[in-house]
Amino acid sequence: MNIIKAIDLAFEYIRRDEEGNVEGILRAVDGVNLDIEAGDFVAILGHNGSGKSTLAKHLNALLHPTEGTVWVDGKDTGEASNVWNIRQTAGMVFQNPDNQIIGQVVEEDVGFGPENLGVPTKEIWARVEESLKAVGMYKYRKRSPNKLSGGQKQRVSIAGVIAMHPRCIILDEPTAMLDPDGRKEVIRAVRALNQVEGITVILITHYMEEVIHADKVYVMDNGKVVMQGNPRTIFSQVEELRRLRLDVPQVTELAYELQKSGLPLPSGILTMDELVEELKRIKKAER
Amino acid sequence: MLRDITLGQYYQTESVIHRLDPRVKLVATIAYILSLFLVQSVWGYVAAGVFLAVMIWLSHVPFKFMIKGMKAILILLLLTVVFNLFLTPGEILITIWKLKITKEGVKVAVMMAIRLTFLIVGSSIMTLTTTPNNLTDGMEKLMKPLSRIRVPVHEIAMMMSIALRFIPILLEETDKIMKAQIARGADFESGNIIKKAKALIPLLVPLFISAFRRANDLAMAMEARCYQGGDNRTKMKPLVYKRADWLAYGVMIVYLAGCVFLG
Repeated sequence: MNIIKAIDLAFEYIRRDEEGNVEGILRAVDGVNLDIEAGDFVAILGHNGSGKSTLAKHLNALLHPTEGTVWVDGKDTGEASNVWNIRQTAGMVFQNPDNQIIGQVVEEDVGFGPENLGVPTKEIWARVEESLKAVGMYKYRKRSPNKLSGGQKQRVSIAGVIAMHPRCIILDEPTAMLDPDGRKEVIRAVRALNQVEGITVILITHYMEEVIHADKVYVMDNGKVVMQGNPRTIFSQVEELRRLRLDVPQVTELAYELQKSGLPLPSGILTMDELVEELKRIKKAER
Repeated sequence: MLRDITLGQYYQTESVIHRLDPRVKLVATIAYILSLFLVQSVWGYVAAGVFLAVMIWLSHVPFKFMIKGMKAILILLLLTVVFNLFLTPGEILITIWKLKITKEGVKVAVMMAIRLTFLIVGSSIMTLTTTPNNLTDGMEKLMKPLSRIRVPVHEIAMMMSIALRFIPILLEETDKIMKAQIARGADFESGNIIKKAKALIPLLVPLFISAFRRANDLAMAMEARCYQGGDNRTKMKPLVYKRADWLAYGVMIVYLAGCVFLG
């Protein structure tokens, strides 16, 4: 079975007035099917309010489905006895780095997860060292998290999750509050984990540049999955993405505009190098 | 920068006292305060003074940091001295108008002044040589037996350490909100007390909202990392007594015995 599988998942937020009467129901996630293979790098895209964060919280058993079922590593998230096991299998990194760091020293924060799991002291130290090295934060282990940059703090949060030895990491807009440098730093660390350690990554984001290396992309709108496929198929549908209020990577957009004005470029160009190669090819053909 | 402030008054340096287990320091501080109320004789005070001096010397913390704590209680100290000086009945030494200074009064006043000074300096040795984090850990472990009578020891310790982590963040946030409100014409400086208090409302409301939001986020992040309270939890940095710690307990017992002996 795949590491994460969701069938007809739906979740409703119920808003109540002061007396507790139901005022309104918001269907944040509506009939989502997911199938994620172990070792994959999966991106979930969508503008604000598309339900992508709500979906993410289901994969960590922080929310339970109103309808449908989610299995993480073959375990049903709806069953209370599975909760802690699932949270260990599928770690979660949140948006605001300040609000998820518990320790007052970097190494203590990374040790928090293993402490909760009841890992023996000696092994905690080994795990902390290995996790901090994996995200390149080992030399900051004695620092106070308050004195790190946003990107560094987010890497500490990731290390804190890795220390629990998960098979899968869910990152809920981990770069939304970071500057461009911090964003690159975090994405580089995440890709390394995926490629070197073989950890399944589920990246939720609205930055298109972070998506181009993914194995599979899901695009969400209004609680539904409206597009899925590899980045090239997704990004070749520029008009559709625009309709969903999503940007495409700059290079892709440029290629799209050139194509529209008559240049024989293939659709779905994702990187600068690709575009340069294609343009060279066209130039040669003209001669 | 507000983020750089150190909480408590921890003074970073290497010393025997710094390396001691926080539990030893907590117990020793309590024992020392007790001893101050036990001793009555001049020799007892001398012993307490010498003990304190040795500890200051061992802690490698500059003396002026010890005195800092005294400023806060200076008024209390003066009041105590004055009341004791004039209101203790006994053999009259000097009479100024209706106030009489007695021989016993002088004695009690001097004793009280010394006692208070020792008490403050003694307890500041603990806070100067132990990080707040370590102190919380020590308290948690010392109060562990209380959890049998349902005192939520682990939870209290967790709350303290989270508070310590978030104080600098909230301070910085206060600063940001304050600047944002000043930029929009808020006035935090002028007016009487009532006016000033009212001016704080546009500062406190957003601060509280943000604090609750942070608390909510943090709670979720903790749950996502399998936090389930204190049961079955292991420690990354468990407190383990070393030889120096037992030795320190020994020194404390000898000191206390000495105090009782000297009276």
